[in-house]
Amino acid sequence: MSTPTSTLIELNNLTKTYGQGSAAFQALKGINLKIDKGEFVSIMGPSGSGKSTLMNLLGCLDRPTTGAYRYEGIAVESLNSVQRSLLRRYALGFIFQGFNLLARTSAIENVELPLLYRGIKRAERHEMARRALAQVGLPDKERNTPAELSGGQQQRVAIARAIVTNPSTLFADEPTGNLDSQTTCEIMELLTQLNSERGITILMVTHEDDVAQYAKRTVRVIDGLIDHDQTHHRIAAQ
Amino acid sequence: MLIMLTNAFLIALREIKRNLTRAFLTVLGIIIGVAAVVTMVTLGEGTTAAVKNQISDLGSNLVMVRPGSGFGPRASSAGVPNFTESDVTAIAEQISGVAAIAPVRTASLSTIYLQEARNTSIIGTTVDYFSINKWSLASGRFFTEADARTGEAVAVIGNTVKTELFGSEDPIGKKIRVGQASLQVIGLLKAKGQAGMGDQDDTIVVPLTTMQRRLGGRTSSRDVSQMSISAEDDYNSDLLISEISSLLRQRRNIQSNQDDNFTVFDTRQIAETLSSSTELMTMLLSAVAGVSLLVGGIGIMNIMLVSVTERTREIGIRLAIGATAKEVLWQFLVEALTLSCVGGMIGIGLALVFCQVLAPLIQIPFSFNLEINLIAFAFSAIVGIVFGFAPARRASKLDPIDALRHE
Ligand SMILES: Nc1ncnc2c1ncn2[C@@H]1O[C@H](COP(=O)(O)OP(=O)(O)OP(=O)(O)O)[C@@H](O)[C@H]1O
Ligand SMILES: [Mg+2]
Repeated sequence: MSTPTSTLIELNNLTKTYGQGSAAFQALKGINLKIDKGEFVSIMGPSGSGKSTLMNLLGCLDRPTTGAYRYEGIAVESLNSVQRSLLRRYALGFIFQGFNLLARTSAIENVELPLLYRGIKRAERHEMARRALAQVGLPDKERNTPAELSGGQQQRVAIARAIVTNPSTLFADEPTGNLDSQTTCEIMELLTQLNSERGITILMVTHEDDVAQYAKRTVRVIDGLIDHDQTHHRIAAQ
Repeated sequence: MLIMLTNAFLIALREIKRNLTRAFLTVLGIIIGVAAVVTMVTLGEGTTAAVKNQISDLGSNLVMVRPGSGFGPRASSAGVPNFTESDVTAIAEQISGVAAIAPVRTASLSTIYLQEARNTSIIGTTVDYFSINKWSLASGRFFTEADARTGEAVAVIGNTVKTELFGSEDPIGKKIRVGQASLQVIGLLKAKGQAGMGDQDDTIVVPLTTMQRRLGGRTSSRDVSQMSISAEDDYNSDLLISEISSLLRQRRNIQSNQDDNFTVFDTRQIAETLSSSTELMTMLLSAVAGVSLLVGGIGIMNIMLVSVTERTREIGIRLAIGATAKEVLWQFLVEALTLSCVGGMIGIGLALVFCQVLAPLIQIPFSFNLEINLIAFAFSAIVGIVFGFAPARRASKLDPIDALRHE
């Protein structure tokens, strides 16, 4: 991350087809995208246009049907399952559209989970998880399980879990979809801060224009293709 | 590797704690299955051992003759004439291979000592009875030829009779009332125990003459209800039995077209009958136990299968945040192993407690059978692993997103 212009992500004619035969559906029809280190990109587009599909591929949660994906110059298709796990563990953070928290597990334990696989000691793990929960504005809900949290609170636990490891790249699939405007603002400030202070590269899917405004660049996906890609100045930074 | 294992263990314990109900039900299934199998098989084996002990107590060369047909639980002697004392003499004199023979006459009479009274089976016989039936003395003496000749008022008592009538008192020399007569206890038999053939120690042995003269009188010359024979050491069991049979047929005037109205059998046949019935019992018990093990296994399977969706999603989450498939698998393996081992151990512990309590109650020896414990334990471990681990294995091979989408 020395030079701010070095390429982090490079997609070359990436496609993704779900299903087979007559039931086959091409969700991505050839994506070409280049993202530099330290960028904050928002991805927009109508529902069903393939934004989550793209994020899952970028987050190494899924594999493309054809095309090439380079992360820091590494051809991701050539990695085996262990290597991809390790890439996710040490470099990537993912905020799911559907949260995906462990049921019957307290907020703090959910946030600690990725640290457990990093082999971080108990006390430190705990401390880091508490800090992350405080950052997303949930310092008093550590012991609550997902069932005891509101949708917005669950979303914030999911955000805390993604940022607790301080990943190089953060993939956020509609991170503010369930939040009120006040909390949305706070979360967006947090993400902006992570981006500018820690240099975390952020890709964020959103439907809201004012949320997209926090990013310096907006990529619009329509029908499995990139419709347009525009860099702009932040207007809602304050 | 070590860090990964301790980590897996840590996570697995956390998971068990998180899914306490599921863990409890799984363990319960294993406990029930293992406890049932181990208890049944241990008790079954104890019974077999008890029966075997008793058969070997009988000695290998004991031959018995009874009126009626069959022996053991299916014997019937209703309306069939007893033997006479001259039958006994004839067998002793005419059949080679007979080392000793004792007539046995039985009666059930009330027996009283001071305040204690009970019904006891009384055996009237001759001196040889003791050696033929392998009785030995705990204290006192057997009755002698001289006692028998004069019909002395003496009795040798079994251990159960001693316990019931005398408690901890020394019975030797004491007078007991048997039926109408007063008999002096001269000997106490060493206990043989029971199982299979009833309590052999619940007996009072008196000279046949004493019985005829003092206990209820002589009603007929046919008053020998059974004959106990000890054969020579190298006897041929089939030959001896057929010789005794033909002699008795002749003496009892049985026509060649009529069936025997008596039965001659030796310990080998008793052993066969008893062991075939205990084998049947062991088989039945094992079948019952097998069913409960199966039910336990199905219970586990059910619980595991019901939670497959949840587990698959959970695996998806773990993979997504950077766990490797191997780490996830170790976690589930440790979880399955921990649950089945805990269940297996509790099951075995429970079974041993059951057996310790039940074995004395049904009067069989308690024998710890390592093999069946290991088998039951292994079975529970396998069930736990197969059903706990197999779905996890499948899920861990998926791409994280597919595991997350599982429904
Ligand atoms: N597992 C799947 N199997 C088949 N089709 C799928 C699968 N996942 C997604 N799709 C299809 O692919 C298309 C893109 O889905 P995707 O989830 O990427 O949309 P999205 O842009 O994230 O929409 P939203 O804004 O509603 O979240 C949709 O038409 C969807 O039906
Ligand atoms: Mg989506």
